[in-house]
Amino acid sequence: MQKLGAKFFLLTSIFLITLMSDKMFSQENGAVAESAHTNQTAQEEKPFNAVEMIMHHISDANEWHLWTTTDDAGNEHHVSIPLPVILIQNGQLLTFMSSSVAHGHEHEGFTMTEGRIVSTDETATRANLADLFTGLGNKFIDLSITKNVAGILISIILILLIFIGTSRSYKKHNGMPKGIASFTEPIILFIRDEIAIPNIGHKKAAVFLPFLLTIFFFIWINNLLGLVPLFPGGANVTGNIAVTLVLALITLVVVNINGNKSYWGHVFKPPGVPVWLLPIMIPVEFLGLLTKPFALMMRLFANITAGHIMILSLVSLVFMFKSIAIAPASVALALFVSVLELLVAALQAYIFTVLTALFIGMAVHEEHH
Amino acid sequence: MESAGLIYVGIGLAVLGVGLGIGRIGGSAMEAIARQPEAAGKIQGAMLIAAGLIEGAGLIAIIFGAFVK
Repeated sequence: MQKLGAKFFLLTSIFLITLMSDKMFSQENGAVAESAHTNQTAQEEKPFNAVEMIMHHISDANEWHLWTTTDDAGNEHHVSIPLPVILIQNGQLLTFMSSSVAHGHEHEGFTMTEGRIVSTDETATRANLADLFTGLGNKFIDLSITKNVAGILISIILILLIFIGTSRSYKKHNGMPKGIASFTEPIILFIRDEIAIPNIGHKKAAVFLPFLLTIFFFIWINNLLGLVPLFPGGANVTGNIAVTLVLALITLVVVNINGNKSYWGHVFKPPGVPVWLLPIMIPVEFLGLLTKPFALMMRLFANITAGHIMILSLVSLVFMFKSIAIAPASVALALFVSVLELLVAALQAYIFTVLTALFIGMAVHEEHH
Repeated sequence: MESAGLIYVGIGLAVLGVGLGIGRIGGSAMEAIARQPEAAGKIQGAMLIAAGLIEGAGLIAIIFGAFVK
């Protein structure tokens, strides 16, 4: 049973690599792809654009771009992992791999620019939330497994491997922390004893501990994976505002469905407030319910995004100055910020968990008179 | 163009406030640890939470500054 995890991991890696190499070479040999390449490099040595490079790295994409090589003829070869594209347009479901639209290819009226799926029809844009209510027209809904979704799936596999390994290790060693459990146990105990119990209280902490542990490890592992520049990481999951929005929404729901009488009493009938002030106080208190998760969402997103931008702009200094003399300083600073980001990765996961525990504690707190 | 310049001034002001705030927290934590070295762990935890909250405010200002055109 112990080997099952390792085997599964190995098989997944082999599958991904074969998928990648197969798609990669089939594209590179196409005549259309080559002509697209020559068009791209016609202007020869396009100037380095730091903002474009940084935005490319921190934003989501429909393919997982790995690297770009330039051959002797000056043609660019993009090596990327193709990801499934799932679109709904005019009530029709379209599915294809992103490799079929890469390098300027066209497939079922779609192509890809800068890693994002776009329609060849100019009027058909990506639908947003407002379009769902005002009518879609010929806009398309993008439900693709994008880079960030793939990143989340990879982190889920990683988290499952870690924690199934932990529970197996406890079973094997009769409850003694050995192997991977000796790594996870101190962290779990820290969250229980320093975060959950002081903020929520002894009685109810056990109910919310699984939720707190889940958000802590999900955010922490995704922060760390976002710092890895190579394939399994680098997806910048927690630097995507949609991901942090959903995390904050889960907190909002968990806090408010567990709110007891005194919690809602403080919102709709604040104690000690004169009646004429209530029309002002109730909306303010009600907004307060929403601003807390909003701040959670913004804090995580902004911290992680800012960290990535810092590292990338330090690295791009070398390319901006086109000088090797700047490299030692740039590399040293980038290393320093990267190490700082390792701290921030844990700190932001910790702060998100502490604040969630605090809000839950406020919602379930029993009034003592 | 003029409003773009004002946005940068605004971000600068927000970051100035955040810097002052985190500086005060750090300084006070140092004093508290010097007074009670045995409570260093608890003080550090509280310091990090407060610093994280204030930092969030500054980063929200930066993000708004970057998106409001």
